[in-house]
Amino acid sequence: MLTLDGLEITLGDWTLRADWSLPTGVRCALIGPSGAGKSTLMLAVAGFVEPTRGRVIWQGQDLAGLSPGDRPVSILFQDQNLFPHLTVAENLGLGIAPNRRPTRAEQDRIAEVLDRVGLAGMGARKPAQLSGGQAGRAALARALLRQRPLLLLDEPFAALGPALRAEMLDLVAEVADETGATVLMVTHDPADARRLCDLTVFVDEGRAGPPADTAALFADPPLAVRAYLGL
Amino acid sequence: MRSLILAAGIVSLGQSALAETPVLSVLTYDSFVSEWGPGPAIEKAFEADCACDLQFVGAGDGAALLSRVRLEGAATEADVVLGLDTNLTAAAAATGLFAPHGQTPDLSLPVAWDDATFLPYDWGWFAFVHNRDFAAPASFEALAVSDARIVIQDPRSSTPGLGLLMWVKAAHGDRAGEVWAALADNIVTVTPGWSEAYGLFLEGEADMVLSYTTSPAYHLIAEEDDSKTAALFDEGHYMQVEVMGKLAGTDQPDLADRFLAFMLSDAAQEILPTTNWMYPAREPASGLPKGFETLIQPGTSLLLPAAEAEALRGAAIEEWRAALAR
Amino acid sequence: MARGAGALIPLAVAAVVGLVILASLAAVLGHGGAASVSAADWAAVRFTVGQAAVSAALSCVLAIPVARALTRRRFAGRQAIIALLGAPFLLPVITAVFGVVAIYGRSGVLNRAFEAVGLPAFSLYGPQGVVLAQVFLNMPLAVRMMLNGWAAIPAERLRLAGALGFGPGAVWRHLEKPMLATVLPGAALAIFVICLTSFAVALTLGGGPDATTVELSIYQAIRYEFDLPKAALLAAVQFGLCAAALALTWAATGAPGFGAGLDRAALPPAPRGWRRPGDALAVGLALVFVASPLVAVLGRGLWHLTDLPPQIWQAAGRSILIALPSGVLATAGALALALAPNRWAEGVAMLPLAASSLVIGTGLFLLLVPPFRPGALALPVTLAVNAALTLPFAYRALRPEALALRADYGRLTEALGIAGWARLRRIILPRLRRPLGFAMGVTVALSMGDLGVIALFADERSATLPLMVQRLMGAYRMDQAAAAALVLAGLGFSAFLAFDLWGRRNADA
Repeated sequence: MLTLDGLEITLGDWTLRADWSLPTGVRCALIGPSGAGKSTLMLAVAGFVEPTRGRVIWQGQDLAGLSPGDRPVSILFQDQNLFPHLTVAENLGLGIAPNRRPTRAEQDRIAEVLDRVGLAGMGARKPAQLSGGQAGRAALARALLRQRPLLLLDEPFAALGPALRAEMLDLVAEVADETGATVLMVTHDPADARRLCDLTVFVDEGRAGPPADTAALFADPPLAVRAYLGL
Repeated sequence: MRSLILAAGIVSLGQSALAETPVLSVLTYDSFVSEWGPGPAIEKAFEADCACDLQFVGAGDGAALLSRVRLEGAATEADVVLGLDTNLTAAAAATGLFAPHGQTPDLSLPVAWDDATFLPYDWGWFAFVHNRDFAAPASFEALAVSDARIVIQDPRSSTPGLGLLMWVKAAHGDRAGEVWAALADNIVTVTPGWSEAYGLFLEGEADMVLSYTTSPAYHLIAEEDDSKTAALFDEGHYMQVEVMGKLAGTDQPDLADRFLAFMLSDAAQEILPTTNWMYPAREPASGLPKGFETLIQPGTSLLLPAAEAEALRGAAIEEWRAALAR
Repeated sequence: MARGAGALIPLAVAAVVGLVILASLAAVLGHGGAASVSAADWAAVRFTVGQAAVSAALSCVLAIPVARALTRRRFAGRQAIIALLGAPFLLPVITAVFGVVAIYGRSGVLNRAFEAVGLPAFSLYGPQGVVLAQVFLNMPLAVRMMLNGWAAIPAERLRLAGALGFGPGAVWRHLEKPMLATVLPGAALAIFVICLTSFAVALTLGGGPDATTVELSIYQAIRYEFDLPKAALLAAVQFGLCAAALALTWAATGAPGFGAGLDRAALPPAPRGWRRPGDALAVGLALVFVASPLVAVLGRGLWHLTDLPPQIWQAAGRSILIALPSGVLATAGALALALAPNRWAEGVAMLPLAASSLVIGTGLFLLLVPPFRPGALALPVTLAVNAALTLPFAYRALRPEALALRADYGRLTEALGIAGWARLRRIILPRLRRPLGFAMGVTVALSMGDLGVIALFADERSATLPLMVQRLMGAYRMDQAAAAALVLAGLGFSAFLAFDLWGRRNADA
């Protein structure tokens, strides 16, 4: 279970509060207006932003003091998910063992995962030679390799077309099912939330959450959500 | 880097381990030590019958030499300091680090020598060197009214520069400031050291450069080029007398005395004119090298006593600076 | 980005650099005696700051059109010109001065041409000559720093500019001006401080005692007056000036805001019309300005190469032996400081630029002799001091790209937990390869130039090439000195070229 226990993040005169829990294995969308703090909340879970107050707890363990790399977290950013000077295979290798070269067996595993995400034979390419969708697949493949129980997605597919995006979300669902990961995804599109997530957290006016059933939320949205959706 | 320090340490250990033959350490200026200076030949000649190891340590120019002596103080490993000139000996003597030389050599300087601490080993007259085809002025005043262009050295960073300052002071006394003011428009530039000035002159940037009456001898003897000569000034020419002294704290006093005496022997004095391009302090039996007879012979030799030169220096530099300021 | 043990490395580097610089200063200051600074010394301070400010401003302003033209045009010989721009800065100062004299001096090429067509002579000696020589030495450095800045604009941004149909004005406003805002202050600072501490150029070409720099006052205080506290005080004044310049730079530096790209090669738009000949003119003038003194240096030394005594080659070997490890130390130290997130790291990294090598040499002498023999210290001390004194140049080259690396890939690196040796080897070294090659080239080449410390320690057995040049000049052998200086410049430039080419060979394409 992921618990945000009385969490408060203050940046200048802006504060975001969250105080709720998320059961293990669920997929939860974070929606809300631009600048509401969706990404900030995610960065706090990933360890890039220090909470001013409160705790981030995963399976009973307080994550405070753990560096991002040591947290039980894989994160996909909006962009810059791959190092441009490394090949796709090398980028994936960083997911298994960031501080050494992968072994023969691990290299086989990388090839397998590339195949799994539809990038068979592209391991030797540099990221600049990939399309946007392929780059997203490569980043997801790395998350698959990292095997971390929390998968955080900060709009990594926002630049893709609707069909491609739907495809990527299905891939996320598969990866999450395979690894049993709990997913937290920032998105602007209710369709994305409906496609992937059982739960949805609405972030607005300095407050995030608590998680609500996605279908129920969009079927009968509260006033603030209505305003956001333009209904 | 650690291995380099270690290596250097081991080398120095090795040297001291071999030091069963006594070592005489002579602190001198860099160009004395260089392959083209007197150092190598002097070392060979002295070691031929001293049963010792003569080691020269180079330390920049004459002024750097004195500052090195002061930095090391009584802890210095040097036994002899060689290469100060009379503009610096008063300050050097005042450190109390030097011992009397106790020798009475038969010197051939154009002036009397009665310094009990320092012994001269060579000397020269300062002079403006020019190409033979240039009609050179014959005094500072004639220079000032001419449109001759000169390069000089800065008295704050160069011993010839300081020598020129003393030259003007010794020749013109209280009028030195006026002389400098009149010279201002003849000065192309003031360089930090002798080399830069001489180099600029050779590149054709000036008609004359402050150097020594013996400089043309280098071109004549080493390069077989007789196109350079020096201007004879009516006021007389200031001298640079290069001296050596024994350090009081030496652990080789006898060897040091022997070295001082050796430097004034024919063997050493014959080496100096064509390596240091100066006059020997005691003319050897063989006389001066061929070519030196072509050099100009100043009628008057100027030299301020060491104490006076030391006392004058600060004010003279200030006077110089003010006169040349625009 | 730097946590745990990683954060200790920049601290350790800072401690070592600070120790070499400040401990030597303290040793000189504490030698005893009363320090007093005269009116003449303050005049020297004013002259020093004035010539440095004018030289830095002029170098930077003139560098802009040259760097821009070299960025947006592709033509045969472009790489060679960029390489050539590394040369003046790496020349031994006295050699560079003689190169300038051969072109602009009283009997130089320019004045002979002026004479032929009846124009009045140009006088090199005076403030104008000092600035001319400083610009010759430093303008190419500014161009190189700006070229790095232009290269740091990601192709994605340039493509966007192309897509939006940006004219030259819009490219200037939205891309070039913000880029220069991050690069120019640093370049100007580096050049200002270089000019601040150089005294050979100012004095040789300055025309008289008006052109006295603080460094000369320090020299006088140590060599003639043996007033060490005064020397230390003047050195502290020099530090103060440098600190003020650094503070100004901080205030003026814009934040890098280009974001990351995918390393795809793209050219900035190359406008047509009058800007084409304009660019050609900028590059052409810069080429003539930079190359003519270099050709003079080459012509002066080339004929006498065969006259060089064999000791020159031993000295050259010794210089290389010092320069290579010194360059590695300087670049490694600069990298550690450039990656440190703290701003104090920049202060420490720039500290050595303002240091007087004479004060450092004297201070280290006081601290280390005894117990050590000066001769035994010559090579290690020269190596260490050269590393410390060249570190700022490596730092300047590395800092902007280190900042960009952190902004663009810092989070990804952390999220993946890439740390320690792997982070260095797999992320930092490949991403910073270009500035690292440049930094290594500059520090190795500059270390060959010795920076004046060795003279205090060297004995007959440890002479380096620059010392040999001095000795040859001191022994009337100006021709051989010119040849030896050419060997020195050639070695330095080859080292620079080799490392710089290694850095720019694009392994990522």
